[in-house]
Amino acid sequence: MKTVYFDNSATTRTDPAVVEAMLPYFSEQYGNASSIYSLGRESRKAVEHAREQVAGALGCMPQEIYFTSGGSESDNTAIRGIAWAKKDKGNHIITSAIEHPAVLETCRQLEKEGFRVTYLPVDPDGVVDLDALKAAITPRTTLITIMYANNEIGTIQPVDEIGAIAREHGVIFHTDAVQAVGNVAIDVNASHIDSLSLSAHKFYGPKGIGALYVRKGVPFQRFMQGGHQERNKRAGTENVPAIVGLGKAIEMAYEDLEVHNAHVKALRDYYVAQVEEKIPYIKRNGHPEKRLPGNSNISFRFIEGEGLLLNLDLKGICASSGSACTSGSLDPSHVLMAIGLPHEIAHGSLRISIGKNNTKEEVDYLVENLVEIVNRLREMSPLWEDFIEEGK
Amino acid sequence: MDYSERVVDHYTNPRNVGKIDDASGVGQVGNPVCGDIMKMYVKIEDNIITDVKFKTFGCGAAIASSSISTEMIKGKTVEEALALKNSDVVDALGGLPPVKLHCSVLAEEAIRGAIADFYRKEGKLTEDEIREKCHIKE
Repeated sequence: MKTVYFDNSATTRTDPAVVEAMLPYFSEQYGNASSIYSLGRESRKAVEHAREQVAGALGCMPQEIYFTSGGSESDNTAIRGIAWAKKDKGNHIITSAIEHPAVLETCRQLEKEGFRVTYLPVDPDGVVDLDALKAAITPRTTLITIMYANNEIGTIQPVDEIGAIAREHGVIFHTDAVQAVGNVAIDVNASHIDSLSLSAHKFYGPKGIGALYVRKGVPFQRFMQGGHQERNKRAGTENVPAIVGLGKAIEMAYEDLEVHNAHVKALRDYYVAQVEEKIPYIKRNGHPEKRLPGNSNISFRFIEGEGLLLNLDLKGICASSGSACTSGSLDPSHVLMAIGLPHEIAHGSLRISIGKNNTKEEVDYLVENLVEIVNRLREMSPLWEDFIEEGK
Repeated sequence: MDYSERVVDHYTNPRNVGKIDDASGVGQVGNPVCGDIMKMYVKIEDNIITDVKFKTFGCGAAIASSSISTEMIKGKTVEEALALKNSDVVDALGGLPPVKLHCSVLAEEAIRGAIADFYRKEGKLTEDEIREKCHIKE
């Protein structure tokens, strides 16, 4: 059976051109980037070239980029590192209720270590309340960490406004941009972003490699203890092939950004229109316009998401859900709860994240199967039965 | 989620889905908050469960637990159906992941709920007797 992949927010297929760029750095140019002989210097050159590629995509200086193992490590490093480095100034951090666990759990850990954290609410579209942000800032606030775009519902935050507010109050602004980088044009200076996390595998690069941008002059403590790599900020021998892959992937993403986005957005809009036409009693989640181009999050009322995913899987379709049953807890996704969805509607959510490799034929195949599966699960649902009975 | 072949078989082709219009008893357990609701319809004639149908809002394990438990009680006496334990459902399914064990409990409770409803409609037993017979705690 063919695989039809609609989970590009979870990870992407590494682009063959990225793999090709990485290959020489496994068995040919395998030198340690810290070694002084020419084999090592070749690796160093490759790492520094990748750093320039990343800096070019974000509009920052290469020396403001630190390579890490991915988004979670970048978030941990930035939030912990900045919070502790600024401990003398204050102990208050502001974040949002819909952050990725890499941010939320780091903040919860810092609370245990004596920091105070404000978790800002979001509106029903998933946008952070800017008035609540301004009101939350105190003289003891040192860090605002708010995501660029949400991984579940796709909503893009008013990053420019948040950056301006942070700058005005002399507070450092970190953003988890793992879902945004490669999909959205980013300029860290224009948006007053002081620190930013990204992960290569979200934009057709390899897994296990990411980067952290930290504006020059912003203090942060190192997260990984050990050698002097990454200007003493991240110990450990550089993962040269992965770093090369990250550089190549981010360059490709921004070279073709408009072309890819036009393609991805057209498919997403087509998918949503098809679902709205063919399946009644749905709810679209996330901001109608300010959202990631490939993201769709729709709740299908009266059914539960895991049953939906399992049935899609039987047709070779990969997608994701905010249902409790897919998270290993009894509560549905904290993001869907934060935008105010009732439990039973949150349980029936389906995230489709379209990528550059998807085709219209695949969307047609998805919709065709979705219609059949949703109808079948509804026929099986006591909630649907009650709803129909009430309507009679 | 790592499901056994039997679980996959039952959520792919669930048996006895539907409702019984002239059911002898109907039991519904679970709630939308936890994400699982099971509704069980039984037809009881001469103390035998002659027909059983279910409707379930829930995950693959919930659908499979409902489906296999209907097969396990169809044609059985009321007492045999009441003796069905959630561990029997789990065994019949070839195991369930630990986080999904509660689904098998729901199936057991839905069957007992449907039989309790039958007894109530029959009107021969007191509420306390029904609760004891059907192992209904609260």
